[in-house]
Amino acid sequence: MASATAEALNTLCAGLILIAAFAMVATRQVQGVVRFFVIQSLLLSASCFLLAYSRSSVHLWALGAITIGAKVIAIPWVLRRLLPDDFYERREISQAVNIPASLLLALLLVVVAEFLTGPLVATAKDSVIRINLPLGLAGVLIAVWSLVARREALPQLIGILAMENGAFLAGIAIASELPIIAELAVAMDVVLIAVVVGLLTRSIRKELGTTVAAGLAELKEEPVSWR
Amino acid sequence: MIETIGYNILQIIFVMAFAPLYAGVLSRFKEMVQSRRGPSVFQPYRDIWKLFQKDEVISEETTWIFRFTPYLVFVIPIFVATLIPVLTDYPLAFAFMADMLGGGFFLALAGFFAALAAVDTGNPYGPMGASRTRMVGYLAEPVFMIVFFTVSFVAQSTIPFIVQQKWVANSAAFFSPAHILLLIAFLMLILAEGGRIPVDNPTGHFELAMIDESKGLEYSGRGAALMKWGGQMKFMVLACIFLNVLFAPWGLAHGTDLLSIFAAVPQILFKVLVFAVVLVVIETSLAKLRLFRISEFLGAAFITSVAAMVTSIFPGA
Repeated sequence: MASATAEALNTLCAGLILIAAFAMVATRQVQGVVRFFVIQSLLLSASCFLLAYSRSSVHLWALGAITIGAKVIAIPWVLRRLLPDDFYERREISQAVNIPASLLLALLLVVVAEFLTGPLVATAKDSVIRINLPLGLAGVLIAVWSLVARREALPQLIGILAMENGAFLAGIAIASELPIIAELAVAMDVVLIAVVVGLLTRSIRKELGTTVAAGLAELKEEPVSWR
Repeated sequence: MIETIGYNILQIIFVMAFAPLYAGVLSRFKEMVQSRRGPSVFQPYRDIWKLFQKDEVISEETTWIFRFTPYLVFVIPIFVATLIPVLTDYPLAFAFMADMLGGGFFLALAGFFAALAAVDTGNPYGPMGASRTRMVGYLAEPVFMIVFFTVSFVAQSTIPFIVQQKWVANSAAFFSPAHILLLIAFLMLILAEGGRIPVDNPTGHFELAMIDESKGLEYSGRGAALMKWGGQMKFMVLACIFLNVLFAPWGLAHGTDLLSIFAAVPQILFKVLVFAVVLVVIETSLAKLRLFRISEFLGAAFITSVAAMVTSIFPGA
């Protein structure tokens, strides 16, 4: 009974993770995108803990703790330290595609994810896989899309990290007995990505005064005002 | 049979009696959050009472639509209240007259007449507000439809009482992603239809920015009272659908005796009160959207509702 409740709450988390993914696509403010990413990571670790409880798996407990440590605490803190405040205050007005169209595309990606995982899920006996696999894939695809549509560097970085969140959501359902060393390596990787991209963004901004990725395609000789 | 008709009438009385109180509590909470005192929670009752005492002035240029509309706006939420589980969790006498979609159509009928009446007066602000409500209305309509389709797909019925039973009986369905997405979409819909903050400012007195309020500007006396009371009842009915059917289908009377019906009243008032706190948090933490951003807001609601449908159709759910 208790594990059934845990699995029911896990589906709740999975649904909220999908909503957080939508919210990350729909938010204009950079600060808001980071906030939704933190919420999504928190939900992911909650889902981890719930599955760990229902399957009594030590690996998943550890994985949940690692997720909290890396994505809820370390990455936002590192980015806060590396990047100046005006990164967070910025609003992204010009995305490659406007937000309603972007959301429609995200919806289409959910359909694609459900369609692709449909045959796999139909054979799965575990009810957790039936929920987490399609929604995890949807999370990955939506994050890839936000990576394409966003123009600022920080939301793009968050897109990469959110991709990883989606993959984790699917991963914890399929392979709950992944060796802990692999999980640690992934978690370290993610923090390192944040550090490297953060540092890179900082130095790019120092050089050019902008971090709009679309503007970096052109060569330049003289430091001119880009804004 | 006589009994259930009586309970249906009790439901109507419940909605009629507590709708102004709910409006008062909502505005009071909001004022408290913004560290002001605000009027008493019973102020809406006094307003309605005062308006009923006053003479009614009707322009000679208006037609029967203008006089007829307040009654329609007042009666339709009462009619919808007979269709939905306000107090009981078993179907009452009139529950099978119309389903959720039918209730939605009736609310839309009231909105349609309110818009016509606003145009009827020739006051420049009326038609402007009416056209804006129609804009919000036609953007909200597809969300309504998809939400009801999804509900009917999951619960195999569109009668609110049966849908409510479905969520109570099956906790796996209650926590499913489809249900969560549905709730978010319906909440956004309530904010839009009730003229709450991200879409419209219910306390705004600036005619140029009004959406929902401007429809009733020309009414006075009894007409104004009925429009006001009707609007409050519509919001109460929407809140009851959201809470009793979709979000928290517990705490409704199960027994058929009068005592259990009265025991359900405080539980439902408590749920509605918690919902008021949530609404106040939403209203004070968001800014009112610009008019052309409303399409984005309701577009997001539409996408959430379609995502709910998608996740409930595929075998994963």
